[in-house]
Amino acid sequence: MKEFMLDKQGIAKRIAKEIKDGYYVNLGIGIPTLVANYIPDTMDVVLQSENGLLGMGPFPFEGEEDPDIINAGKQTITMLPGSAIFDSAMSFGMIRAKKVNLTILGAMEVSENGDIANWKIPGKMVKGMGGAMDLVASAENIIVAMQQVNKAGESKLLPQCTLPLTGVHCVKKIVTELGVYDVLPEGGFRLIERAPGVSVEEIKQATAGTLIVEGEIPEIAV
Amino acid sequence: MNKVVSGADEAIRDITDGMTLMLGGFGLCGLPENCIAALVKKGVKQLTCISNNAGVDDFGIGLMLKQRQVKKMISSYVGENAEFERQLLSGELEVELIPQGTLATRCMAAGYGMPAIFTPAGIGTEVAEGKEVRNFNGKDYLMEMAFDADFAIVKAWKGDTMGNLVYRSTARNFNPVMAMAGKITIAEVEELVQPGELDPDHIHTPGIYVHRIFKGVDYEKRIEHATVRSKQ
Repeated sequence: MKEFMLDKQGIAKRIAKEIKDGYYVNLGIGIPTLVANYIPDTMDVVLQSENGLLGMGPFPFEGEEDPDIINAGKQTITMLPGSAIFDSAMSFGMIRAKKVNLTILGAMEVSENGDIANWKIPGKMVKGMGGAMDLVASAENIIVAMQQVNKAGESKLLPQCTLPLTGVHCVKKIVTELGVYDVLPEGGFRLIERAPGVSVEEIKQATAGTLIVEGEIPEIAV
Repeated sequence: MNKVVSGADEAIRDITDGMTLMLGGFGLCGLPENCIAALVKKGVKQLTCISNNAGVDDFGIGLMLKQRQVKKMISSYVGENAEFERQLLSGELEVELIPQGTLATRCMAAGYGMPAIFTPAGIGTEVAEGKEVRNFNGKDYLMEMAFDADFAIVKAWKGDTMGNLVYRSTARNFNPVMAMAGKITIAEVEELVQPGELDPDHIHTPGIYVHRIFKGVDYEKRIEHATVRSKQ
C-alpha cells in the first residue's frame, strides 16, 4: 500500500482544508508547518507563533534574514502587514483564553479517547514539551498530523498511549498517511476518509485502537 | 533615578554562587549576550537558571554550561545542545522541564505580585505529579507557583537611563515578563537614550522594574536556523 499513502505534503494539504476564513491558527513544528503552504490566498487566516507573533509570513528572501524575527521553531521568518508582537505570557494567555481557533500539531501516539503523547520517549534524551502541553490543554480545536504506522509496522492509533502524555481528552481530528479520523467524544477513531488507493481493510490492520467505519468511506481529495 | 551602570561586569558584580537567575530570550533570539559573557568570565557556579532554552554548545547559556556553572536548568525545551545532554545524562546537571506557557506565566505572576496561578497545562501528565489540582467550572487546573529569582537578566532593543525598555520584534519573547520578576533586574540594551527620547506610549517595560541598565557591545545576534526562500 506504500505507493498510495499520503506523503508529508499530502497530509499537510488535507489538513489545510480544515482551515476556515477568519481563523487564527497555531502550527506546530514538522508537518504542521507545511500546512501554511496550502492555505488558499483568498482566505483571511492569521498564523500565531507562540514565541510572540500574530501574522507570521513566509521565510525571508536570502540576505534579508533578521535575527530578531523568528518563529517557534527558531527559523527566520517575515511578518505580514498587520502583524502584532507580544510577550510569551500574553502569547499563552491568548491560547488559554481560546482566542486561537485551531491548533495543528504532530504526535507520536494518540489514544482512542483523545489523549496525545508527543514529547518524551523514556530512555531517550528528553528535549522538553515546549508549548505543546499549554496548547493541547486549552485549544478546543486540535488536529493532529502524524504517521499512523511506525517503521517497525506498529500502529500509533492506540487504545491507550504507552508514552508519557502531553495532554488528555483533547485531540478532535487526526490526519495520517492512511486516512482522516474523528476522535469521538465517547471514544474511538471514526474513519471519515481514506488515502487514495488504501482500503478500509488496510486501515483496520493499521489501527490498534477502536476503529469505527460507517457506510462507504470516500477517498481523500487533495 | 539614574539606573545606568558601566557595563556587564558591574551589572552582575553581586551575583554569587548558588543564586537563581532568570535569563530572557527564546532560542538564541533576544539573549542578554553581554551579561552571559560576564557571568562566564566571573565564573560563578552552582547557578539555577530559569530560561526557556539552554542555548547551543557555543552560544547563549551553552557557554555557562560548558564551564559547569549551572547546577539546575528550568526550561521548556532544551534540545539543541550536546554538552547539555552529556551533563544531564551523567547526572551533573539537574533539569526541570515545564510547559512554556507555565514558565512565562510563573514569571508574570512574580511581576504582578501574585503567589500562584492556575493553568490546565500538564493536567493528566507527569507535570501534575505532586501539585495541587483545583476544579473551576468543571475543568481541572494545576496550581503553579510564582518564580522567586535573585536576578532577572534581560535584553532590550532600546532603553533610557531610567530603565524604561522597548523590545524589537520576536526578541521580546520572555524578556518583559522576566524583567518584572527579578528581585534585581538587569537590562542590557542595544541603544541607551536619555529620558524623554522614548515615547511613553511605546514603553514595554516601565523602569520601575529595572534596577540596572547598560548599553551592550558587540552583539552577535546569532541565527539558530536560517531559513530563506528564493526570489522568483
